[in-house]
Amino acid sequence: MSVEARTVQNRGAFEYLTTKKDEFVGWARKFSLFPYPFVTACCAMEFMSVSSTLYDTDRFGAALPRFSPRQSDLLMVVGTITHKQAPVLRRVYEQMCEPKWVIAFGVCATSGGFYQNYATLQGIDRIIPVDLYIPGCPPRPEMVIDGIMKLQDRIAHDSHPIIQGTF
Amino acid sequence: MNVAEALPQRVLARWSSLAQEAAIAHGTLALRVAPERLVELASSLKLEFGFDLLLDVTGVDWPGRDPRFDVVYHFYSTRDFVRTRLKTRVPECEPAVDSLTALYNSARFAERECHDMFGIEFRGNADLRPILLYEGFVGHPLRKDYPKQREQPLVSYRK
Repeated sequence: MSVEARTVQNRGAFEYLTTKKDEFVGWARKFSLFPYPFVTACCAMEFMSVSSTLYDTDRFGAALPRFSPRQSDLLMVVGTITHKQAPVLRRVYEQMCEPKWVIAFGVCATSGGFYQNYATLQGIDRIIPVDLYIPGCPPRPEMVIDGIMKLQDRIAHDSHPIIQGTF
Repeated sequence: MNVAEALPQRVLARWSSLAQEAAIAHGTLALRVAPERLVELASSLKLEFGFDLLLDVTGVDWPGRDPRFDVVYHFYSTRDFVRTRLKTRVPECEPAVDSLTALYNSARFAERECHDMFGIEFRGNADLRPILLYEGFVGHPLRKDYPKQREQPLVSYRK
């Protein structure tokens, strides 16, 4: 974000900032990712690990889980999705308001992982669009944090169009 | 001789002549009976020998063998801590056995699962709706001739 700041002498405070609208909105959005954890399988353990004190995704503004899809803007699909569950995931995704992003957490959500059978959906991108894939069985917390930072970079450099007078 | 050894011997003495096969296999008493005698034997296990818990109902598919399917039951005695395995064989043309729901309530769900996975009919189980699979699923996925890669998605895939 390029900011041209004018400070008032002796006060040390910003009086005003100039920036571009997209950069400003992207900067705000990338630090306020409210994740909806759609947690179905053993990757949940790693999700807990990365969310809690030691790794602490709160440092990236992405740790306040909203258990209503309507209040969240980051869908984290953590674990194996079965064909029986696919309609539920699709519905959760459709209930989320724009703007929204999706992370496939672990190989099962990414591609079905080592399951190839009658029950398992071979990757959630068959039913919903995915922004970021984090492989691993389960992924290391460092990989998740790396993934979140990559997503933040993308959000920061995205265009954030004004729709009907609002961002 | 402790009860864990004595009880299987008592069951064997009572049933070895009536069962098609009877042996101690892998440390567990295993019996095989004709499908017609299944309920009789299960009642005997429950009422005479105290096998009060039905652990599981499952199947085994032997493609090429006639009769093709094994239906396998596992019982447990919570008094004596002893397990028993019970098998029966059913043919592909009529894969049906009598239900054990009159003896064990837990048989209702276990038989539904076996019906899902192997297509075994349980006569007397009034509710054989899919329990792990979903309505509209065609075929029985744990049969050996179910294609491994066949998918039956409920949501249409994105283009």
